[in-house]
Amino acid sequence: MNNDASKGFITRRTFGAAVGTLALSAAARAKADTAKAKLKIGVLLPRSGLQALIGQSCQKGADIAPDLIRQRLGVEIEIMNADTESNVDTARSRAERLIGEGAHVLVGAFDSGHTAAVAQVAEQHGVPHIVNIAAAPQITEQGYKFVFRNFPPAPEIGRNGLVLLKDIFAEAKVAPKSAVFMHVNDTFGQSMAKGVAALLPTLSMPFKLLDTIAYDPAAKDLTVEVSKAKATSAELLLLVCRLNDAVVLRREMVKQRWNPMGVVSPGSPGLYEEQFAKALGKHAQYCITNTVWFNPKNGITQAFAAAFKKQFAKDDLSYHGINATYTFDAILTAADAFKRARSTDPKALAEAIRQTNIAATDRVSFGGPIKFNAKGQVEGNRSVVLQNLGGKPTVVLPKDLAQAQLAFPAPKIG
Amino acid sequence: MPTAAQLANVVISGTLTGTVYGLMALGLSAIFGVIRLVNFAHGELMTLAMYAAVVAFQGLALDPFLTMVVAAALFAGLGYLLQRAFINRFVHRPEHMQMLLMIGLSIIIANLLLIGFGPDARSVQTSYQLDSFELGPILVDKVRVYAAGAAVVATAALAAFFRFTLTGKAIRACADNPLGARVAGLPVAHLYAVTFGIGAASVAVAGCATVSLIDVTPTLGPSYTLLAFVIVIVGGLGSMVGALLGGLLIGISEALAGVLIAPSAKSMVSFGLLIVVLLARPRGLMGGAQR
Repeated sequence: MNNDASKGFITRRTFGAAVGTLALSAAARAKADTAKAKLKIGVLLPRSGLQALIGQSCQKGADIAPDLIRQRLGVEIEIMNADTESNVDTARSRAERLIGEGAHVLVGAFDSGHTAAVAQVAEQHGVPHIVNIAAAPQITEQGYKFVFRNFPPAPEIGRNGLVLLKDIFAEAKVAPKSAVFMHVNDTFGQSMAKGVAALLPTLSMPFKLLDTIAYDPAAKDLTVEVSKAKATSAELLLLVCRLNDAVVLRREMVKQRWNPMGVVSPGSPGLYEEQFAKALGKHAQYCITNTVWFNPKNGITQAFAAAFKKQFAKDDLSYHGINATYTFDAILTAADAFKRARSTDPKALAEAIRQTNIAATDRVSFGGPIKFNAKGQVEGNRSVVLQNLGGKPTVVLPKDLAQAQLAFPAPKIG
Repeated sequence: MPTAAQLANVVISGTLTGTVYGLMALGLSAIFGVIRLVNFAHGELMTLAMYAAVVAFQGLALDPFLTMVVAAALFAGLGYLLQRAFINRFVHRPEHMQMLLMIGLSIIIANLLLIGFGPDARSVQTSYQLDSFELGPILVDKVRVYAAGAAVVATAALAAFFRFTLTGKAIRACADNPLGARVAGLPVAHLYAVTFGIGAASVAVAGCATVSLIDVTPTLGPSYTLLAFVIVIVGGLGSMVGALLGGLLIGISEALAGVLIAPSAKSMVSFGLLIVVLLARPRGLMGGAQR
């Protein structure tokens, strides 16, 4: 027996061995902890109020996420749901509460105004916020360090949407000579309007823009707005809408017997929603949205679609193509970062999110790889031309994703 | 500049919409004029009537314009019971307590609707819902014409009730001098309940008339309550004629503002009108002297 040891002294060798053992066991425990640890993701969506239907559509993507992500990434996530009630102040207070209750990452919140409020809270608390859907450019223009967005800002949606207009005209071999632009006057609508106003003159469109008409998204009566648009005799209606107003507006078009060559949204919700089809029946037909969508060719999308069908047997993924998939991809991004960071520490997670590089084929939504630029924005999300055909939204362009033939000009509905 | 046909189109549409607004506000005005109670659950009662019309249409294929007769009777009963069971106890309490009671009632109705029907928008889809009458270059929405017609008939019936029936005269007596009415032996609590029933019935008619124009959601109530407030304040709180006039004024001014200024300025104009009336004539256009 060593004399020093027998006297209670610790030798350098013993000390080194002890430190080494401790370090190894700490590392092993950390690894085991990460394997056991759950990432708590606070998902903020408008589940009630004016945007309830869309919020619930997004929710479907969040509901699928835990199982599918466990299967694909091998990490555990816990979804903490919060309802923004379609209200900015509620969105802010729910974000505060989620953080207080231990959310490691926030995801949400569909509406640009709500999302901006949540982003402020996330930044103040230093908790990462991954935007699922919200297009106002300023969200990633504030210099925030904890805010990330895999959704194109309004000018990019507008540009993609407007560029696809040319594809529509080329495919149909006919183009309108005039157009009127109608848009909701909320944060998103105004961002889109600015984008359209800036981009249209640069795109050499075949039509002349005759008028721009802004309207209240909560309007219950759009008689005047439609009357004004109809009075321009425009051949094309460019529309940036939400769901409820889209229904009111389309009804009013039928009542006022206004049948332009097409109703085309350069990238807004509304026209492709299930409620739009339900409320309008045959009058929902032929409306077009040039919008972000999912890539049906990706393996993960097929797994997502199968999980969706299993969990929501009565629902059709076509009606949730943006909301559910982009919400899922936001959660996927958080889980991917968690897997790499091996930590729920907000700073480590934010850094891991910044380093994200999810291949274009490993995401559900349609676009390039999920990589954030210095502002926390993913570039390269792509749009498709989606037309309501046979009672549901159908991809008609680009050709390689098309499910049906484009119908433009819209045939008269009897 | 808008064409004459376009102006005529929107003015006619505004007039028809304003007539329905007027009927909706009439209930609020009648209740305040007699009971001196501000019904903060007015919009929710209208929403409830709209859901009744949706249920009748989906379950029994009953046209909303037929449902409104049954709904008016049911809502009259409901209003009567509400007043007798709860609201009567608050009539002589401070206004803030009345306000809390009515806001509580509005929250309960909205949440019950949310539990019962979910947040999805509901609508009725009648065969004539998207039809229009064509008068040369002018297109008049068929549903709006029917809705305004129903509002005119309901208003005329109410006016006749207050003018020619004994109960109507007694209610007017209560409105003019509650103490005198009580001294004369009139059953004031019963008359208050009848008045609340009439207010609820008129809002039921307005709800059934509106459901073909607007999809209903459980959260629709507050916007109608606010609209009704604007109308009765412009027209004169407590004045039935004022409510109708206020409805027409709001309907037409919103329509004209939409064409002549900008569509997004419609609400601005109605609230602007409210401020002008409050400044120039605080009692409203047809409001009487304070009691």
